[in-house]
Amino acid sequence: MALSEQEILKGLGEIIEEIAGVEPSEVTPDKSFVDDLDIDSLSMVEIAVAAQDKFGVEIPDDELKNLKTVKDVIVYVQSKDVSA
Amino acid sequence: MSTSVVVTGLGATTPLGGDVASTWSALLAGRSGVKRLAAEWAESLPVRIAAPIAVEPSEVLPRHRLRRLDRCQQFALIAAHEAWRDAGFAFGDEAGFTVDSDRVGAVVSSGIGGIITTLDNYDILNEKGWQRVSPFAVPMLMPNGAAGIISIEFGARAGAHAVASACASSAEAIGYGIDMIRAGRADIVIAGGTEAAIHRLNLAAFGSMRAMSTRNDDPDHASRPYDKARDGFVLGEGSGIVILESEEHARARGARIYGVAAGVGYSADAVDIVSNDPDGMAKAMRRALADAGLEPSDIVHINAHGTSTPVGDTGEIKAIKLALGEAAGQIAITSTKSMTGHLLGGTGAVESIATILALRESLVPPTINIEELDDEVDLDIVRDEPRKLPGGPAAALNNSFGFGGHNVTVALRRHES
Repeated sequence: MALSEQEILKGLGEIIEEIAGVEPSEVTPDKSFVDDLDIDSLSMVEIAVAAQDKFGVEIPDDELKNLKTVKDVIVYVQSKDVSA
Repeated sequence: MSTSVVVTGLGATTPLGGDVASTWSALLAGRSGVKRLAAEWAESLPVRIAAPIAVEPSEVLPRHRLRRLDRCQQFALIAAHEAWRDAGFAFGDEAGFTVDSDRVGAVVSSGIGGIITTLDNYDILNEKGWQRVSPFAVPMLMPNGAAGIISIEFGARAGAHAVASACASSAEAIGYGIDMIRAGRADIVIAGGTEAAIHRLNLAAFGSMRAMSTRNDDPDHASRPYDKARDGFVLGEGSGIVILESEEHARARGARIYGVAAGVGYSADAVDIVSNDPDGMAKAMRRALADAGLEPSDIVHINAHGTSTPVGDTGEIKAIKLALGEAAGQIAITSTKSMTGHLLGGTGAVESIATILALRESLVPPTINIEELDDEVDLDIVRDEPRKLPGGPAAALNNSFGFGGHNVTVALRRHES
C-alpha cells in the first residue's frame, strides 16, 4: 500500500513538531519551510533523517535543497515510495 | 574613580533547586544535594554518587529547544531567563525595561563545554553512521555555545565571551563582565557559567585522579569540606547567572540592587597543572582587595572554594591567612559545596550568588558534614547552622581555583542606598 498524501502530511506534522516545535495544524501543503514555518537548514537535515525513518524514503542532499514546501516533500516521498 | 558595577539580577538552577530562592533556602537549611547514581552505567565505577540538578530542564524548556541545546546550555538558558526577569528587563511580549542591545554583553563560561553531546554523538557515529550525528552537534559541544545562545536569546550585542579556567571559569566570567562595564564596552552584562558533566567518562577520569569522594554508601555526607575524614569532591551540575550593571545605569532605571561587584583578583600559580598553590591563591585574594579598594578588615565572610579534597581545603585555609593576616581569624568562612557538590564551570557563579545573598540577608549558609574539624583548619568555619552577619558596611570574597593553576577571587560589597 502506497502512503497517501494524508498519511505523509500527518507524519510530517509529527516530525516537524518534534524537531521545530511547530503545531501540526500549521503544517499544511502550501507552507514553505523557511518562510512560513521558520525552519532553518540544519533543522531540514534533521527532518530529512526523521522522514527517512518514518517513510522509508531517503532524501539525498541534492534533492533536499529543492524541497521548499510541505507539498514538495509529499510529492517526493510519494514518487520514491517503494511500498507503492 | 572607575565605574561602580552592581548586581541587579540573579538566576540559578542547581542540585538544590530550580531557581535562586529554592537553592538559597536549601543552603540555609543545610540540605545535601548529593545522591546515589542509580543508573546501570555507574555500577562499575569507583564513584557512584553525584549531585544532579534538582529540576530537569525537560520540565522547563519545550522539546524542540531541548534537542538543539547541550544539557549545560539548557541549564545556562534557564538560569539566564530567571536573572534577566529578576533584573526587570523586558523579554518578548513581557513588560519590563527595554535595553539597548548594543550595550548588553554575555559572558558565560563552562569548564568542559558540551561533553555529553560530544560523547553521545561519538556513540551514534560508531553505532549508526555519520548521517545520524546531529547537525547541531557542533554548536552544542563547543564551549562558547552557552555564551552564544544567551547572546541570541537576549540580544546581547556588546560582545559574547566564554572564558575557560576549569573550576574558576564562572568566577572569571563575572570578572570579565565587571571589566567590560568598567572599560565602557557595556552597561549590562549577563555573566556566569554552567556545567553538565555527570557522565561516566568524567567520573572515571576524576576517579582515576583519586580526586573524588568514594563515600558511595553515604551520599549525604560525602561532600565534607574541612572535616578530617574528607576524601574528595562530589561532582555536581548546574548553572548560575548574574546580571551585572553599571551603578549609574541601574540607578537611572530604578533597579533593585542586590550588592556591589566591587572587584576581582586573578593569579596564575605557574607551579602545577592540577594542584593549586597557596601563594597563588593568596595573590588572587590580595589583588581582589586592591581592585575593590578594600582592606582585610572589611571582609566579614568568605565563600571558599573548599571542594572537600584533602590537600585543597587546607591549602586554601593557609592562603586565606597569607592574604588577610590577622583579619583572617575574624571572617565567617563557609563552603557551600558541602551541599551543592562541585559544579566545576558553574561553581564560581553559583557561589557568588550565595555570597551576595549572604551579605544582603546577613546570613551565611553553613558548611555541613563537619564531624571533626581538620587540625590544620584554624579559622572560623560556619558549621551546622547559618551564621548571622553584623549590619552596616561589609564585604565578602568568593574564591574559585581551577586546574591549570588559575586563581580567581571575586570581591562583593553590601549595597548601601
